[in-house]
Amino acid sequence: MLTTTRPMALLIDITRCVGCKECVRACMEEHGLPGDYEKITGLSSKSHTALTARGDLYVRELCRHCLEPSCASVCPVGAFEKTAAGPVVYDANRCMGCRYCMQACPFNVPKYQWDKAAPAVTKCDFCAPRLAAGKPTACAEACPAEATVFGAREDLLAEAHRRITAEPKKYYPQIYGEKEVGGTSVLFLSPVPFEELGFRTDLKMTPPHLTAEALAKIPHVVSVGGALLFGIWWITNRREEVARVESEEARARRAARSTQSSAREEERHDS
Amino acid sequence: MTRDGNRLTSWRPSFWRGVFYLLLATGLPLVAIRYSQGLGRVTNLSDSFPWGLWIGFDLLCGVGLAAGGFAITAAVYIFHLKRFQPIVRPTVLTAFLGYALVIVALLLDLGKPWNIWRPIVMWNPHSVMFEVAWCVMLYTTVLLLELSGMIFERLGWQRAAHVQHAATIPLVLLGVLLSTLHQSSLGALYLIAPTKLHALWYTAALPWIFWTSAICAGLAMVIVESQLSARAFGRHLEMPLLTDISRALLVGLGVFAVFRIEDLVGRGALHLAFQPTYEAAMFHLEFALGVVLPFALLLSPKVRSNSRGLYAAALLVVLGFVAHRLNVSVTGLEGASGGHYVPAWSEVAISMMLVAIGFAVFGLAVRYLPVYPVAAAEGAPAPAVRPPAPRPGLVAGRAG
Repeated sequence: MLTTTRPMALLIDITRCVGCKECVRACMEEHGLPGDYEKITGLSSKSHTALTARGDLYVRELCRHCLEPSCASVCPVGAFEKTAAGPVVYDANRCMGCRYCMQACPFNVPKYQWDKAAPAVTKCDFCAPRLAAGKPTACAEACPAEATVFGAREDLLAEAHRRITAEPKKYYPQIYGEKEVGGTSVLFLSPVPFEELGFRTDLKMTPPHLTAEALAKIPHVVSVGGALLFGIWWITNRREEVARVESEEARARRAARSTQSSAREEERHDS
Repeated sequence: MTRDGNRLTSWRPSFWRGVFYLLLATGLPLVAIRYSQGLGRVTNLSDSFPWGLWIGFDLLCGVGLAAGGFAITAAVYIFHLKRFQPIVRPTVLTAFLGYALVIVALLLDLGKPWNIWRPIVMWNPHSVMFEVAWCVMLYTTVLLLELSGMIFERLGWQRAAHVQHAATIPLVLLGVLLSTLHQSSLGALYLIAPTKLHALWYTAALPWIFWTSAICAGLAMVIVESQLSARAFGRHLEMPLLTDISRALLVGLGVFAVFRIEDLVGRGALHLAFQPTYEAAMFHLEFALGVVLPFALLLSPKVRSNSRGLYAAALLVVLGFVAHRLNVSVTGLEGASGGHYVPAWSEVAISMMLVAIGFAVFGLAVRYLPVYPVAAAEGAPAPAVRPPAPRPGLVAGRAG
């Protein structure tokens, strides 16, 4: 009940990372993933985090735990959930395997077990069970350089701003994840512009809002469209009825006229 | 050539029968491998390309090509354009087969297909995929109900046929609404990926682009189908009707072209089509094949009233439509994913098997159900075809 109700986050300070890959080791151990952590080169179903060298800098890859996650918004069965504590968690039991989450994620985080007959999506779970027990994430605990630190999101944002103001020469003046896709729970500090490290810098929008706009039109399509179609049907149907009645009347008139004229003919013949 | 005009369903060996069984013999073992060893074994799907041919072709195109169903039923029942009545059944049948193909493709593509029913109970109304799932379920049901009249008629169930007939207008209305939602929602699926889908295809107007192009493709499919069934079964629609449809198609293509170009200009993305990129080349292929060429062809009254010319133009529309859907689902995403996706031969083989099954079922339906009007020969001399000899077991066993 102490600080657990505040949304938690990670602050990753790229200037401090020494590239030891302890975070990758701790993550694999925590999640029981087999394999050699030194050989992990990127995210896959076998690793939930990875460390990539960019020149003499190291960049961590992991789920950003967005404040408005695309994965949770697109999942047709609600297998993803943004929890109050911060983690975006995934329930493999609900999943039907449509992989829309992979298509939607702006950071290409969710990975798939392509080699399994009953596959699941895999991604960093922000060590949700550890958080529930009041512990930090395994990667933050393992980091010997305090390059990855764990804390409440607002505290970490304040700390990041403090570092940027304290050492403006050392830091590029942006916290990646503060505003991107509506804000994420993993924040980055960098000595160089983020695009130089392979970060996408065109993520000003919040993707779930884009689909929400389209979905919001459904009731209008159904109500207006339904009324319109019914109206058209009613008019064309009525027109057809009128035409039918008119043609019947015309036929009746014609029949009457022909009987009249034939009667007249007969009269003439008679006379 | 009386009863054996039907190449797929007669027991006489023929080229297409051979192809059909060959596809079945290749596809079925691959399906077994897919279910026992996972998607990775038979597909080239990967973490950077989670959706491939089965979504891009089987699903997106299957649904789109079925659009003729709602366009024609709306024309006949809502707008009272009664002269199109003879087309209703073949198009509704095609639409139903399209949707059946989609469901089968989904059962193959979903990682856990046994959970396919989950959206019924596990709701997430924020998800476009959730909308798609409901549209597929509901519209397939509507199509089956629309088709059922034909089946009741064939079985001689007068009461059931009567009830079905009485429900026609509400069914058609529901079908048009569901189709509109579904066609557009397939485009809306991609709205979530503004940073992944290339600007030649990503637009807030994707839902409308999918809707209008689906109507064009659906109408084109009616023409293509009529020609194919004329060859395979000797049964088809009269030229004047097809000419009328081709006029609607011409208008549809014009609207689509204006819409598409206007959207590109409005977003300032048109210049992307004139850069020496792979994407630009694919855009031109799609637009030339599916819009410019058929539009130019159909402008000529000679082409519109000539069965070969019509067939060529309609086939182009369908091909261009397939190219558009594959561009949205594959080409447009390749740049952001950093890799090329080319379907594995086994993905192609399974898709081809599904299409072949679709053709075979259409053939069976034309043979055993009153799909095409029996007395089609009003004006144009229809080829001498007798209605299919009723199979005694089917009628006698069920009727009464």
